[in-house]
Amino acid sequence: MAAEITTNSWWLIILAWVLTLVPLAWYSVNTIRKGRKLSQQVPPESRRWM
Amino acid sequence: MTDTSVAPAAGAVTSTSSGGTRILGLICLVGLAIVGLYAFGVTGADVRLGESVRIMYVHVPTVTAAYCLMIANAGFSVFTLWKRSTFSDLAAHATAEVGTLMLGLTLIVGAIWGRMTWGAFWVWDARLTTTALLFLMYLGYLAVRGLPATPRTRATRSAIVGIAAACLIPVVHKSVEWWASLHQNETVLGKINPNISGNQYFTLMLAMVVFLLIGLWLSIHRFRVLWLTERLDEVGIDAAIDDRRSEYRPPVAQP
Repeated sequence: MAAEITTNSWWLIILAWVLTLVPLAWYSVNTIRKGRKLSQQVPPESRRWM
Repeated sequence: MTDTSVAPAAGAVTSTSSGGTRILGLICLVGLAIVGLYAFGVTGADVRLGESVRIMYVHVPTVTAAYCLMIANAGFSVFTLWKRSTFSDLAAHATAEVGTLMLGLTLIVGAIWGRMTWGAFWVWDARLTTTALLFLMYLGYLAVRGLPATPRTRATRSAIVGIAAACLIPVVHKSVEWWASLHQNETVLGKINPNISGNQYFTLMLAMVVFLLIGLWLSIHRFRVLWLTERLDEVGIDAAIDDRRSEYRPPVAQP
């Protein structure tokens, strides 16, 4: 029988935090990796941001 | 095919990080650890919401960061239409992408909170429906950015969509007042006093600041990636033009 879901269901609270932090971490790592790869392909004089 | 890779010189920048972003990233990590400590170790269960109040410490900050990034996107979009600046166009793209991510997380976490509190992952409530509509509008914005067009056309089209999408933010925020809603009223920006206090209030405020900083940090890195992508395209085009020029043989004059 499935566990009853109440306002005190800890597994859902943990799931909410995991579903917030994991995508943010994944996006961050992906962005940094892409930046590193591109930085090596673009000439240094074009790496200024503005 | 032209190889556009450039060997990094000693001491050259080989990532999108800078001194400022490293410090900002460190502050975000430390801040997130403190928020986690307060959310699970210091604050207790709420009288009305029970343990589910701990979800609020990520749900409210993600939507706050999403709103701020989308308002920033609208500001950059106005500037793009006004000055035709590549900087503001790419900044608008970066803030929209991170803002959409934050809003997506808000919807997912909100659905979990709804299941715990209302007994359903989704109800066609005014706040939920307008938030979903806002999310779809920003997905549309990102889709418009992906359409094939010249950089100038793409910037104009997406700026108009970005400004239109931002007009929905006040509607989403005020939806709990304007329509009968299951969703609770403003927790922090209430009319007289905040509905929470003490450690819960501190944790929520700290989480909001930390998620705003995470949004800023991610937007800076994303902007730099977009900038590099644009420069790489230019380098590729320049190389292709050089290749074509080198292939060109001027016609020899007949005697």
